[in-house]
Amino acid sequence: MGLIQLGRRDKDGAPDVITTTVEKAVNWARKGSLWPMTFGLACCAIEMIAAVSSRYDMDRYGAGVFRASPRQSDLMIVAGTVCRRMAPVIRKIYDQMPEPKYVIAMGSCATSGNIYDSYSVVQGVDRFVPVDIYVPGCPPTPEALFDGILKLQERIMQKRVFVKQPEQVKAGLKA
Amino acid sequence: MSLQQLSERLQEHFAVGFVKAVEWRGDLAVTVTRDTLHEVAQFLRDDPAMDFDYIVHVSSVDWPDDEERFEVVYEFYSIRKRHRIRLKTRVPESDCIVDSLTDLWKGADFMEREVYDMMGIRFRHHPDLRRILMPDDYTEGYPLRKDFPVRGKGWRDTFEFLDETR
Repeated sequence: MGLIQLGRRDKDGAPDVITTTVEKAVNWARKGSLWPMTFGLACCAIEMIAAVSSRYDMDRYGAGVFRASPRQSDLMIVAGTVCRRMAPVIRKIYDQMPEPKYVIAMGSCATSGNIYDSYSVVQGVDRFVPVDIYVPGCPPTPEALFDGILKLQERIMQKRVFVKQPEQVKAGLKA
Repeated sequence: MSLQQLSERLQEHFAVGFVKAVEWRGDLAVTVTRDTLHEVAQFLRDDPAMDFDYIVHVSSVDWPDDEERFEVVYEFYSIRKRHRIRLKTRVPESDCIVDSLTDLWKGADFMEREVYDMMGIRFRHHPDLRRILMPDDYTEGYPLRKDFPVRGKGWRDTFEFLDETR
């Protein structure tokens, strides 16, 4: 993966020096400790719960520490049908999460509204929060959710951590 | 008391308000006029032979082509006598109001609110007639009416709270 490069070895053959970039080290630390927030809205939540339980054990990917508070979590798994009346709550919770934060839209409902093309159902959670990974399925199996988490981890490894902020962003922060 | 006897007893007591009784697959559905609904309900609750002490549900039906467009449906059950009855009444669109039964069964409160929220039928003397499923400031109308568009009128796609957070 190119995370580390082994340098000299000591006389026993063990690595003596390793080199990496700070960016890779930071990203590696971030991806290995995703703290998801419990956000089950419908039947997808059952699969999400199953994914954490002993048979599937989501903790293997470092994403097993489910928090009940957005202030302690960095991954929001939106699992289930998003009703319009729930939307402001989801947005508020998303805003309360500390950076860096990621969102997985789990299942067809959170992705696109699924068959619920009705007056009360939001046609995809990406209409009001930015989504990193979409997991298809109705509901997705725990394996599918794991695939989404692995894809998210790949994405985290590609993120630039130390970049100069563009002037527009700085101006926006001041305003 | 058999369903047949129930129906006959009601008919005896309410010769004027009684519209029809249908027995189908072991269910008795009695239709009464709107003005006698409360009286009939009171009789169903208080008459010792009836003894309907439990309100199962309140719902409503929209018949867009009928003159009296809406139908309010109450279902009662007697825990002691183990029999049940469905009580229906019709209301026209121009005067969409029925007497509330919350004074007889407390359980009617939320269910009548739901009928009001979804179908726009009001209940006279209801203690707290507010929307229950939709938000209080919802202005698009009554979603379960047949002339309401399935996808709504734009509410599901407007996120006014996004302007506050940015």
